[in-house]
Amino acid sequence: MRKTYKLFIGGAFPRSESGRTYLVDGDNVALASRKDARDAVTAARKAQPKWAAATAYNRGQVLYRVAEMLEARRAEFAAVGVPAAEVDAAVDRWVWYAGWSDKITQVHGSANPVAGPYFNISAPEPTGVVAVVAPASFLGLVSVVAPAIVTGNTVVVLAGAPQAAITLAEVLATSDVPGGVVNLLTGDPAETAPWLASHDDVNGLDLTGVSDTALATELERTAAGSLKRVRRPAGTEIDFFADPGVKAMTAFLEIKTVWHTKGF
Amino acid sequence: MTVTTPAGLDLRSLLHGLPGVDKVGLESRAAALGTRSVKTTAKAAAIDLAIRMVDLTTLEGADTPGKVQALAAKALRPDPADASCPPVAAVCVYPAMVPPAAEVLAGSGVHLASVATAFPSGQAPLDVKLADTRDAVAAGADEIDMVISRGEFLAGHYDKVFEEIVAVKEACGAAHLKVILETGELGTYDNVRRASWLAMLAGADFIKTSTGKVPLAATLPVTLVMLEAVRDFRAKTGRQVGVKPAGGIRTTKDAVKYLVMIHETAGDDWLDPDWFRFGASSLLNDLLMQRTKLTTGHYAGPDYFTLD
Repeated sequence: MRKTYKLFIGGAFPRSESGRTYLVDGDNVALASRKDARDAVTAARKAQPKWAAATAYNRGQVLYRVAEMLEARRAEFAAVGVPAAEVDAAVDRWVWYAGWSDKITQVHGSANPVAGPYFNISAPEPTGVVAVVAPASFLGLVSVVAPAIVTGNTVVVLAGAPQAAITLAEVLATSDVPGGVVNLLTGDPAETAPWLASHDDVNGLDLTGVSDTALATELERTAAGSLKRVRRPAGTEIDFFADPGVKAMTAFLEIKTVWHTKGF
Repeated sequence: MTVTTPAGLDLRSLLHGLPGVDKVGLESRAAALGTRSVKTTAKAAAIDLAIRMVDLTTLEGADTPGKVQALAAKALRPDPADASCPPVAAVCVYPAMVPPAAEVLAGSGVHLASVATAFPSGQAPLDVKLADTRDAVAAGADEIDMVISRGEFLAGHYDKVFEEIVAVKEACGAAHLKVILETGELGTYDNVRRASWLAMLAGADFIKTSTGKVPLAATLPVTLVMLEAVRDFRAKTGRQVGVKPAGGIRTTKDAVKYLVMIHETAGDDWLDPDWFRFGASSLLNDLLMQRTKLTTGHYAGPDYFTLD
């Protein structure tokens, strides 16, 4: 049976509100419009407070569950042309980021020395809703989505490789990721990304998948209008098999510092 | 006492002589009117009209004078960043909060509405309700939102409800009277039609769907019944009565559906803040966000608008 690849918004698989589709390697794929992007932001915003309020342990468990489901669907990724080595690496990547859920605060938070009878503590908190332009490779997609959500952000992703991305959406829908935490749109990023970059209710923008430097610069400039955090890795050729480090996580964190009196 | 209506019928015969409502037809008509697409300049005009129709409401036990004054200031200038944004129609508060709101609104042209008559239940003796009304008017309210006694209405004591509305109207003096039918508690569309006529015959200046305090608030079909009622009432008596859906209208999309329905049902005479209002609080921010989207060309976010 021929399959139509739809969007993934708020835990559901709707067609594009515009009704448009396009062909990718002979498959019918939904072509997202700016209104789909808007709806995805609404879904991401709605899911964000609860996802951020879940315990780090719980978020880690959910991400680990995603890795389990991903492994179980290995054949489906092979069917849409993802090499086995890349699926293995993607499973490892999910597990690796899952482990970070309850460690990122310890590594990037601090107890600060102050000259007074106070505790002074800094702790990282999620930025909020992050719009992600994902790279075309499947491992690249996982390497931008997992670090953004593990800390409590929710994401709207403009996918590079539609079939692999929507197969990942099917993985997410059958694991315990709450609807709206990850929203995946397929289509032309040059059409939808500017709407996300200028959207006042989006707090962060990841430009890893934008290969056109002029577009990336323009998006970065647009994002400044609402003071978004922007992640734009240097260089065009990124080796996603390499150790990713923690930068992808820390790019979308806010440091909150509180003073607390010592004793009574 | 038997109330005799202008048509010479007694009230019960008149109300029960109204044509019955076709529930399925009504709901599909309301749903069909909700599918119209309103875009670009028409949308901009609809948003501005909807803003001008908002009764900005706060009816919480936790209302403070400061909160009410902040809301009143927002009513005057809903979008501080854009002077072309019109003020809302009115601010709607509890009687005790009328004096602080009046301080801010005096002389501005934005009306000050107060709920009265033992809002929201309406379960209090008549003299208490009348005193409540007089106090609110004396404190500076120029619109009164009263609730009918649903208990009496449902028990079939139409005369009693009628006389109560007449008495409250008298207590209002020059203030406009909006009569809340609380359609969510009336049970059927036939009852909504009857209650609408009852309120209009008794002298209501506006008929309003709900208090916003019961789960089933304003819906498109209920408002459609009421719009038909005010249209038919004017055709029969020559007196125009306004309509105010309240509660549950939160998005610009919803508001535009109501505007389309007015245009198609009652007519353009009602497309005016003097004859149609939205009882709402969160609706205003969504209208402002959509307005900002149209003026700036990019999507707006709630972080840039007041929490209230």
